[in-house]
Amino acid sequence: MIEVRSLKKSFGAQPVLQDVSFRIENGESVVIIGRSGGGKSVLLKHIIGLLQPDAGAVLIDSEDIVAMNERQLLRVRRKFGMVFQGAALFDSMTVAENVAFGLRRHEHLTEAEIAKRVAATLDMVDLPGTENKNPAELSGGMRKRVGLARAIIYEPQIVLYDEPTTGLDPIVSDSIDKLIIRVRDHLRVTSIVVTHDMRSARRVGNRVLMLHDKKIYANCTPEALFTSQDSVVRQFVDGVADS
Amino acid sequence: MLSLRAMNFLAGTWVGEWLVGLGRITLLSREAIASASTFKFSRRDVLYQIYFIGIKSQSVVIVTGAFTGMVLAAQTYFQFHKVKMDTATLAVVSVSMCSELGPVLTALMVAGRVGAAIAAEIGTMRVTEQIDALRTLATHPTDYLVVPRLVASIIAVPLLTVESMIVGIAASYAVAVGLLGIDPAYAWWNMLKYSGDVDVMIGLIKSVFYGGIIAMVGCYKGLSCSVGAEGVGRATTEAVVYSSITILICNFFLTLVLEHICIILGL
Ligand SMILES: Nc1ncnc2c1ncn2[C@@H]1O[C@H](COP(=O)(O)OP(=O)(O)OP(=O)(O)O)[C@@H](O)[C@H]1O
Ligand SMILES: [Mg+2]
Repeated sequence: MIEVRSLKKSFGAQPVLQDVSFRIENGESVVIIGRSGGGKSVLLKHIIGLLQPDAGAVLIDSEDIVAMNERQLLRVRRKFGMVFQGAALFDSMTVAENVAFGLRRHEHLTEAEIAKRVAATLDMVDLPGTENKNPAELSGGMRKRVGLARAIIYEPQIVLYDEPTTGLDPIVSDSIDKLIIRVRDHLRVTSIVVTHDMRSARRVGNRVLMLHDKKIYANCTPEALFTSQDSVVRQFVDGVADS
Repeated sequence: MLSLRAMNFLAGTWVGEWLVGLGRITLLSREAIASASTFKFSRRDVLYQIYFIGIKSQSVVIVTGAFTGMVLAAQTYFQFHKVKMDTATLAVVSVSMCSELGPVLTALMVAGRVGAAIAAEIGTMRVTEQIDALRTLATHPTDYLVVPRLVASIIAVPLLTVESMIVGIAASYAVAVGLLGIDPAYAWWNMLKYSGDVDVMIGLIKSVFYGGIIAMVGCYKGLSCSVGAEGVGRATTEAVVYSSITILICNFFLTLVLEHICIILGL
């Protein structure tokens, strides 16, 4: 269970989050939408303790992680996998080393077992046979999928996806959506997906949180969101700019 | 109250920033030393870093060591020749090469190459969110990035220092005997008589500290690098400048302390 209570965060004089609260049950799949620069990535980083809020609490399975130091957080973070918006691959390592990182650090497996798990996970993200490539040789979309493989290989309980399909072609996007659904259903993980893609929001989410004006503006099912008459929601869903 | 007001006054000035930096780097060092003393770090990473530091520094350490030894021999000879003490030349060279110039010049050169490389590498990792990625993979950046570099630097810098001592003394011997015509037997005899293990020990102890300074300043500057490409550039430059200054300042105090200890121990 993830619970965020009255989260506040500013960078210097610029407030990004003000009084953000919500709760996510185990096994739920929640989509976060909102304007670019609205603070979605910042919110995600608070959930895994990469950023410290100015006020408020973040509870992971009833433990408040805001008060924890970096070393205490390590234990909590083993529950998480995170896919970064910019992939954040380790550029001094090959694809296989990137993907195997979490396994190697925290599980005692033989090299053969690791190689097998890596190959299977790369298969899942549609990148078979790329083990020995360097991240620099990959396209943006391929890097993103390697980041996804790195986050799910050790089967975490909670996976945070920061715009997993942005910048991918429609066919790969579709396969990533399916992958998120498969990971959710097979491993019973809790997923939080930040996305701008309304189609994918509808497919992968049981629930949608809309971040608007530094607060949670809407917290409802995808159906309710798409049929909403609220002007702010409609504008976002239909993709209309202020004139 | 007074201290609070003093802190407010200091904050924002360069003195304040310097003090904050000093405090943060002290905390980082404490964390790194605590983590290193559990001996859980990867031997492979440490070996790789030793290799990296050693290779990066070979050319500069050899050239610096050789030419410093040579100029020292020549200059000492020109002065000593006036008072007919030619054969004491190598003794002066070896004492200063071992206890002062070897460790300091090696450390400054390594700071320029390796300190900069560490800051640039870790700074780039920070800017591209690789450090955040490490943290989400339940890995402490201090354990994974700082400790191997610290341990490697503490091992590699003394080794490089010994190398520069040997190269420096050998080069000065060549200049003294080959170029300036000093009697080789007397020169060698005087060198062994007036310099000894103690000078080498002092040099090695110093170089352990300098190795630590280079790694810690490089890592700290990389980890605290501000976001953006120019942040990495600044972190790199500052790593070199700050570690060099710190090495020079520490050298003075280490000389005082170590020589004093030698006197007390009667060495
Ligand atoms: N480390 C930081 N330091 C200063 N400001 C930051 C930092 N991280 C984010 N911000 C600011 O916080 C705001 C929200 O950023 P965030 O990355 O969360 O947006 P986002 O909703 O993820 O946008 P996008 O959809 O474009 O990814 C932005 O105005 C950004 O400038
Ligand atoms: Mg974002």
